[in-house]
Amino acid sequence: MNAPARIETTLKDWETDQEVRWCPGCGDYAILKAVQRTLPQLGSDPANTVFISGIGCSSRFPYYIESYGFHTIHGRAPAVATGVKLANPDLDVWLITGDGDGLSIGGNHMLHVLRRNVNMQILLFNNEIYGLTKGQYSPTSREGTRSPSSPIGSVDHPANPCAFALGAGARFVARGFDVSRHLPDVLMAAHAHQGAAFVEIFQNCVVYNKDVFNDFAQPKGAEDRQLWLTDGEPMLFAGGTRGLALDTDTLSLRVVEVSGGDWQAAGVLVHIPRNRMLAHLLVEMPFGPFPMALGVIYDDPRPTFESAVVAERTKASEGKTADLARLLAKGQTWTVPGSAADPVGSSVAGQGGPDL
Amino acid sequence: MATHAAPTHQPEVEPAAPDMVPDAVVVRFAGDSGDGMQLTGGQFTLSTALAGNDLATFPDFPAEIRAPQGTLFGVSAFQINFGSRQINTAGDAPDVLVAMNPAALKVNLPALKPGGLVIIDTGEFTRRNLDKAKYAANPLEDGSLAAFDVLAFDISAQTVEAVKPFGLGNKDALRCKNMWTLGLALWMFDRPREPLQEWLREKFRTKPDIAAANIAALDAGHAYGETAELSGPLRQLHLPPVPAEPGLYRTVTGAEAVSLGLVAGAQLAGLPMFFGGYPITPASAILHHLARLKEFGVTTFQAEDEIAAICAALGASYAGSLGVTSSSGPGIALKGEAMGLAIMTELPLVIVNSQRGGPSTGLPTKTEQSDLYQAVYGRNGDAAMPVIAARSPSDAFACAIEACRIAVEYMTPVMLLTDGYIANAAEPWRVPDPSAFTPFPARHLREKNGRDAQGAATLLPYQRDDKGARPWIKPGTPGLMHRIGGIEKHELTGNIDYSPANHQRMTDARKAKVDGVAVPDQEVCLGAAGGALAVVGWGSTYGPIHQAVRRSRAKGLDVSHIHVRHIWPLPANLGELLRGFDAVLVPEMNTGQFKTVLRDRYLVDAQSLTKTSGQPFQIAELEAAIAKFFDGIPGNEGGEVPPNPQQLPSFAQGHDDGTLKDAAAAQPGTPATQDRP
Repeated sequence: MNAPARIETTLKDWETDQEVRWCPGCGDYAILKAVQRTLPQLGSDPANTVFISGIGCSSRFPYYIESYGFHTIHGRAPAVATGVKLANPDLDVWLITGDGDGLSIGGNHMLHVLRRNVNMQILLFNNEIYGLTKGQYSPTSREGTRSPSSPIGSVDHPANPCAFALGAGARFVARGFDVSRHLPDVLMAAHAHQGAAFVEIFQNCVVYNKDVFNDFAQPKGAEDRQLWLTDGEPMLFAGGTRGLALDTDTLSLRVVEVSGGDWQAAGVLVHIPRNRMLAHLLVEMPFGPFPMALGVIYDDPRPTFESAVVAERTKASEGKTADLARLLAKGQTWTVPGSAADPVGSSVAGQGGPDL
Repeated sequence: MATHAAPTHQPEVEPAAPDMVPDAVVVRFAGDSGDGMQLTGGQFTLSTALAGNDLATFPDFPAEIRAPQGTLFGVSAFQINFGSRQINTAGDAPDVLVAMNPAALKVNLPALKPGGLVIIDTGEFTRRNLDKAKYAANPLEDGSLAAFDVLAFDISAQTVEAVKPFGLGNKDALRCKNMWTLGLALWMFDRPREPLQEWLREKFRTKPDIAAANIAALDAGHAYGETAELSGPLRQLHLPPVPAEPGLYRTVTGAEAVSLGLVAGAQLAGLPMFFGGYPITPASAILHHLARLKEFGVTTFQAEDEIAAICAALGASYAGSLGVTSSSGPGIALKGEAMGLAIMTELPLVIVNSQRGGPSTGLPTKTEQSDLYQAVYGRNGDAAMPVIAARSPSDAFACAIEACRIAVEYMTPVMLLTDGYIANAAEPWRVPDPSAFTPFPARHLREKNGRDAQGAATLLPYQRDDKGARPWIKPGTPGLMHRIGGIEKHELTGNIDYSPANHQRMTDARKAKVDGVAVPDQEVCLGAAGGALAVVGWGSTYGPIHQAVRRSRAKGLDVSHIHVRHIWPLPANLGELLRGFDAVLVPEMNTGQFKTVLRDRYLVDAQSLTKTSGQPFQIAELEAAIAKFFDGIPGNEGGEVPPNPQQLPSFAQGHDDGTLKDAAAAQPGTPATQDRP
């Protein structure tokens, strides 16, 4: 994207006249506010911004943002967004999806939009449940989730969205949660990244999966359970008393105690967002023995898909003119002589001579 | 490339008495998949076109890319019908069969006309190849070819001998066999070799030895003809050029014509084109053609699947380009939900369906017209969409432009139907002059289009124009931010609106828009606009129907040919036109889909003539069906064309579905019934 002029807006400018229809207390409200708070900070232009979504509770999002919006069909938003971006690379595209939309019915498109590295922000609202269809377990539901379609508990192994994204070749992977005050920072980082920026946002479904993320998201004791990652900073949590170190024998992470703030002595690792291997370790860290890694986990840009497509089209067109008449007459041709210029279309082309 | 004038000189040697010269000839080249038969056929087609003959071709090749050599199911064939009169079909039965190996002979001999000429490469008739072709005895020796003129000689050895000076290995030398054969065919029909020599030099520009070897093979085949004429069944034949409209001509396949038409359509709309595709037979050729036309503002996107292909195209349309996607039946099925989204969001989109035999994977390389219901009715909800069907390779050009026009003018997806036959077949095409086309420039809304109660300017994304089309609003336009989606929306603002009255009005509006698409009145392409019998066709049955009706009329039968391009909405006058006939016959390569549509729309007693063997109708089959309406026997009209053993795959050809094998095993020593001529 060319650097567009910054537009001065306020949160109000990004609100539509549409009544928000999520359940009272839904985490989506907090995410909506976080996005509406972030857009003015980015200097975004509502006329140049497009929110594209699939199907599900989260996918109603575009109706509530005063920009261009396209509420598409289940799972296909990444494909629609790819077409939008190829047709007009200057548009600033935000993709809104959920765990069912993005990882179940639309898992294939998610894989490919990340692999191709189409420049857009992809916000995957993960509530570990199908909300809009009334509470069936989703591809991210934990084993044993009881739901209308799994009355004695689900037996599926859940997908790990960030691990999926890295595996698909994503060049930006981040995590946040609905009510976190850090969420706008994560969104700003995603926007700054040129390429497909994947953000998993844990979102509380108060009706069908209430407080399922409380184990790490509840304010009380959050410090001990959340590891907020910062570029170039040591990976410390629990008020700086604990950190992550590399166990070189098993090539895995381990939690180490830090005394007196001397994290270097404890061997605590420094976060380097460009380190892909480290990103893999962080997203695979089991919660419980380890804290939940949040913030920008991985950020290492490379050229975007749409820029490559535009470059290829430009190169292929070099020195050629779009002369339709010449194109139609290409190849080996022959002339049937006639006395006068023949009016075009006087007979069905290709059906030979007149009926005899 | 060079432009050649049609030859006007007389051949130096008059080949036969004038009354012996037929006005059309059917030649079939058949060989192993690796023998280059499609290439041979393609070049012979070009030479035929340059000679000024009208022509139609039918490439028939296996679904397998490199089937095992010499096997029955690895046989690849290319049929061409050409003549000094109008040609509409690839011809029923070949007059000449070129069989490059035993398998090719076995598969294609049943189709040959009695008394026809078969040219055989004896070099390939080894015990091993005869076994692969499941010949118990050598057909060259057991008298089974007695009903035909046979020219059997060692083409392989002749080729190796001809290319000897170029030091090629035996394998490379034998690869020139198809050019040797082409040289012979050129002699047979009195064609100049120069364009082919020129083409070979160009093709093998970086390998002059290979070019020279192929040219030597071509020349040797040509020279052989002159010698063989003295003693054998070979006769040189000159078919004079067909009287054609003056102008510049080229050959074109349906896939090329669709691609060119889409490019022209996007230009007439003044839009960049976005093409989303996913590889599928027989539609991929369109993706391949367009991928090479980037200088025309074409962006091609090979998507991860059929759904992504149409969704990306729709996304591009939303962003202001002309979105196009293309597939064949199974892929079209996958795109169904996204077509619904295009209908709901009222965005332009062109969907090309190159139909093939179905259901499911069906017959990927064979032709059928069985996706008509899918095109007209095949979506959830009341989801009307215009449908256009091309009748020939060259007609696909005009149809593609028409599809673009309707999509842009009416803000709707449009389906363009072609089929495997149209996609692959070639015919001469009078190159049109683009300056004569009428542009239909697309308009994107630039400012608010409505007034609110206080008289202030407001945006109404679903306010319709006199055609019932909503405005096309590109994201990026200042001040026109709005939201669209697949949920039912308010009839003006586009905001979510589930209210019963609104859904009724929106359903009616969507239907009325498509019903109101301006479609030219239906013309009768042959015969009177009323009478005893109308033969109503659509799509690629045009050629055989036209010839069958012409022949029937020559016999004095009161029959007319009506060929429908606009399948949905149908031309306004069609009902009245059909009511002017005592009987209506609808031949289709399906089980009667268009017949059902016509009955539903007009309450006419349309009779079906159906054929679902994966092969086009033959003229004779249609003539016989037409004759039934005039034979005085009541109640025998219409019906089904029985499987034609000359066209059907059979056990003997290696197309074994299990049942054939059982049948053959039960009757040792007798060929499978499907194999009998």
